[in-house]
Formats: sequence, structure tokens, C-alpha cells
Amino acid sequence: MYRYDEFDHDFVRQRVAQYRDQVDRRLSGEIAEDAFKPLRLMNGVYLQLHAYMLRVAVPYGTMNGKQMRRLARIARDYDKGYGHFTTRQNIQYNWPKLSDTPAILEELAEVEMHAIQTSGNCIRNVTADHFAGAAADEVADPRPYAEILRQWSSNHPEYSFLPRKFKIAVTGAERDRAAIQVHDIGLHLKRNDAGELGFVVYVGGGQGRTPIIAKKIKDFLPEADLLSYTTAIMRVYNLHGRRDNKYKARIKILVHETGEAEFSRQVEAEWEKLKESELKLPADDLASIARYFAPPKLQDRADGWASLAASKKADAAFASWVQQNVTPHHHPDYGVVTISLKPIGGIPGDASDVQMELVAELAEKFGHDEIRVTHEQNLVLPHVALADLETVYRALLDAELATANAGLITDIIACPGLDYCALANARSIPVAQEISERFASPERQKEIGDLKIKISGCINACGHHHVGHIGILGVEKKGAELYQITLGGSGDEQTSIGQIIGRGFEPDKVTDAIETIVDTYMGLRLNAEETFLESYRRTGPAAYKLALYGETSKAA
Amino acid sequence: MMKVLTANRLGDGIAVWLGANGQWLDNLDSALIARHQEAADALDVAGQSAFNKNLVVDIAVIDVEEHDGVIYPLRLRERIRATGPTIRLDLGKQAEFKRATAA
Repeated sequence: MYRYDEFDHDFVRQRVAQYRDQVDRRLSGEIAEDAFKPLRLMNGVYLQLHAYMLRVAVPYGTMNGKQMRRLARIARDYDKGYGHFTTRQNIQYNWPKLSDTPAILEELAEVEMHAIQTSGNCIRNVTADHFAGAAADEVADPRPYAEILRQWSSNHPEYSFLPRKFKIAVTGAERDRAAIQVHDIGLHLKRNDAGELGFVVYVGGGQGRTPIIAKKIKDFLPEADLLSYTTAIMRVYNLHGRRDNKYKARIKILVHETGEAEFSRQVEAEWEKLKESELKLPADDLASIARYFAPPKLQDRADGWASLAASKKADAAFASWVQQNVTPHHHPDYGVVTISLKPIGGIPGDASDVQMELVAELAEKFGHDEIRVTHEQNLVLPHVALADLETVYRALLDAELATANAGLITDIIACPGLDYCALANARSIPVAQEISERFASPERQKEIGDLKIKISGCINACGHHHVGHIGILGVEKKGAELYQITLGGSGDEQTSIGQIIGRGFEPDKVTDAIETIVDTYMGLRLNAEETFLESYRRTGPAAYKLALYGETSKAA
Repeated sequence: MMKVLTANRLGDGIAVWLGANGQWLDNLDSALIARHQEAADALDVAGQSAFNKNLVVDIAVIDVEEHDGVIYPLRLRERIRATGPTIRLDLGKQAEFKRATAA
């Protein structure tokens, strides 16, 4: 993985020193809140309902054991013993004191981490496929490009005051695990017929109050042109993006209002001027960044096949965990392990200091010192030998980290919601917990099959409800919580925005409604192989409306 | 009409309410209740003044009711601020002061 050079170290240390001075001056009353707020936000410090919140960047969701141990220590020493992994592959602390935040940032800088650009109208943490560099279906590792984008966008004066925040995601596999089509820019790394690497470029996607699927504006952008082309997009956006209305300021609105063809023409015109500039990436630079992400030297461990088969036979729970939470690695003797942060009835994405330390230890001992954070709020050990799976599983089991539910109905994304968030209108976590309890049975979950439920506590859609196969949006109606359900959303290579199925449900009716939807699907599906999403796309909403609302829904 | 003044303390961000003695309290229970418009306006002024003195941020005058002498914010958001996360009863005011839970 990427290691800071001297420049990176200096840059982060200087930023921490600046921030410490800003906090000191704020606490002494030298600077007022209006002046200070943008400064703290530039360093990831928000104010929530109960306390400040610190969001720490985990670039493209990749970290090592040492970094995870430090995150655990910060949780213990400065917070309340836990952290919350987010849908931007970051981690949030819910209770830091403002006066402690400079010390926390110093601790992070020591392990090459920071909280820069985790807030504000800038280019946010670039996300990537969480299986990058390990997945069997990958064309190339997308992280070197994410790292190049990170370096290029960090503190870039031209992108420090964008009309609105800006999110970029990169994937290197046909199966899109990074939800690139609901990002401001989505990059799909592929090879052309000549075997050269480049990107399919999508622009103008996003969720929030106006969900829009990104438009493909480039079929193949050679890798060397990554920065010049992205700069061209950013310049068109910076020039024409709306600054008069926060809700119309994202690039998706600009692309939508300008029209795909005209927007694309403007980008091409801008690109013409930049194409052969210093933004062209030299092959040497690309290669030197890529070297940081060279796959670990994996020894053949063919012994694992037989031992794994025997262990699975002896322990059905282990077999079921392997089936659900271990995905194919490009090396046949290895697997990619998803560590579920979704125990039944638990808080999606939360991990205690002790759990974080265990994950760090397992990564160091059995996972070539690599850990990933997924946008689905789980953790991943990307390179584990099949021979070590059982040992890893036993250790995870003792720490309540071995729930065999990756991709199943209880693997729910939920934003912090009104339990923590100052923007939320309704709670998300209790809804997730109740659904998780209702569908706790592993047999039932397996029978239902792949089903993604995503819950947001407000229209900003941090819980990605628009792309949930079943999406749940909490709103406040007449002073009480109410939950709207959407069906048919998806954030993969066939992205779709879920459609509202009908009127909302009170908190105590939501789980019943979800069960009705699931039962309806089970009755409609052609066979056990037809997933909820496939089935819904085939049948449409009519049967679900009828099941949820009865005949009266026809009038509504 | 019943209102109290709330904010978050500058240094640690913890939710606080203005008490009758002019102090910012960690606990809603002893907050000063404004029972008529003039009193509510005075809370506004007190809040602005504390903000200007850099004691607190995010000031708000919120609607409450009294149930058997216990102050009860009308909005769920404010009840959660006064008690803590409803999904972690071991954290927040509810853990420190053993108040009833929000929801």
C-alpha cells in the first residue's frame, strides 16, 4: 500500500500544526465560530447532537494493522471505546472533545492518516472497490489511480471552493462493488482491444434529494490522461455549477440541466487545452505509484483445499461463513474475507476498540497486513490463505465478528440517523436492528438470498437508500418518525434508483412491511436462483403494492 | 407555552441547557423554563450572549412540556439530545444521570 514520502509527512504535519493553532485561538475566543467552523470542517470535525464528531479518511478504504491499532487506541483514549465505519469507507468518532482533536490528528499523522477533505465543498475521500488487488474478476487494481487522484486533489486551490462536495469512485472489475454510477465521477478501469489500460468515465451521478444515475461520457480514456480529463470536468463544473442554491449545486444537476451531449462537448473542448499539458501522467510516475500497490507475494498454499473441505464438513456454521463471507481471490489458494460488522441486532458499521485490535492482529498474522473498509460498512481481509480460514474464523467468532451474512438481508447499511446526526429527521439504526432481529435465522436468510437493505435517516441519503434493493428513508411527519420504502434500487453495474412503493410506515410497522415485501418476493420468484432484484425487475411493483396496502392502493 | 434554551458547549461539544442560575447545565432536568413570550425572548438574548462569549455553539430555544415536574422536549431530536443515543443506553446523559430514555 501507499507509504508517505517526505512531502506527504510535511504536508500533514503542517496541517495538524495549523489546526492546533486554530483550535487554540478558537478556545481562547480569538476567532469566532463563523470563522472557525469552515476550518474545523476542513479537518473533518463536525458538531452533532451530543458532541463533536471526527471523520477520519481511510483513502480508498485501505489500511494496515498499525493504522487500525491506532484507530482503536484513539477510540479508547479520546472517545467512548468504539468507532463507526461509514459508507465512504471512512471511520467516524462520535464523542471527541474539540480540545482533544489536535492531539487525535497528531496521533493519526504518526501512522500516515488524517481527516483532510472528509468534509466541505472539495473532492472527498476517493473510494474504490473494497476487493481491489485481490478479486478474481479484476482487470487491474484501481487503487493506484485513486491514490493519484488523492494526491492531485489534496489541498488543490482550484478545488477548495467547489460549488458543492465532490465524490469520485474507481473500480477495476466488471462487477461494480464501488457504486460508481451514483458518484459525481465514476471511473471503470478496463483494457481496450490493444491491451492498454484506460477508463470508462461516468459523470453526474449521485443520491441525496435528487438521485440521478451518472452518464457515460467517455468509452475509453487512456490512463495517462486521467488527470487532464478529470481537470477538464472539474473546470466545467467549477465554472458553470450553481452556487446560488445548495440543493442544485452538485454536478449531477449541471449535467442534467446542460444535457449530456453539451456537457460532454464542453469537457472535450476544455480537455483539448489540457491534454498535452503537464497533467499528462508519465509512465514512470504511474509505474512508481502502482508499485506501492503491488500484490503481496503469496506463497502457494494448496494444502488449504483439503483442510478447508474437512473443516467445512465438520462444522456447518463455519461452512456457511465460508460460503457467504469468503469470495474468490485471484490466487486459487487464497480467499477474500468479509468481516461482518452487522451482528444480528447490532449497530451497522460500529466496531469496538477490542474488535479493531483483533482485526489488526489477524491482518498482520494471516492477511499480509492489509485491511479494507467497505462502503457497505464491513471490513475485509483481502488476502487470506484457505489454509488459515478456520483459525481466522474462530478468532472472529470469539469477538462477535463472524456473522455469516455478507450480502444477505441482515447485512444492512444504515446511517447514524437521529441517534447521532444533527441533520437527521428520523432514526435509522433501530430500524436496522429490528429488521436484523426479525430475519435472524441463518436458514431463512440463506433461503431469501441476496438482498440489500439500505436505510437513511434523512434525504441526504448517507445510508444509500436510493440504491437499496429495499430502501428505507426516515422522514419527520407531524413531529413523528415515518419511513418511506423504495423498491428496485441497485448500486452495481446495472444501477437503478428505487421507486417509492406507497405511503410511509410508522416505526413499529416498518419491519412488518419489510417482511410482507420479502414474503411477496418469495411467492413471486421463479426459483431460488432468481434474486429479489431480478424478480422485482421482472414483475414490477403491483403485487408488492397490493400486499402492502390492499386494493385501496389503486385509488392512491 | 414552555421553552428552554439549549446549546452545545464549545470545548467538548456536549449538549447543555441554561439553568435558572445562569449556568449552563449538563442535564435538562434543572433547565430554566420560559413560560411566556418575554421570558422566551430573554432566553434568546442569553443564548446570543453566551455564543458571543464563546461559551457555547448551536444555540436554540426549544419547545418543552412538563410531565410530573420532568421537562419533556416536544421534538424527538431534542429528547435524544437530552438523553443520548436510543441504541446505546450506556452512553450520554441517560447513562450519566439515569434519566428516562428518549423514545
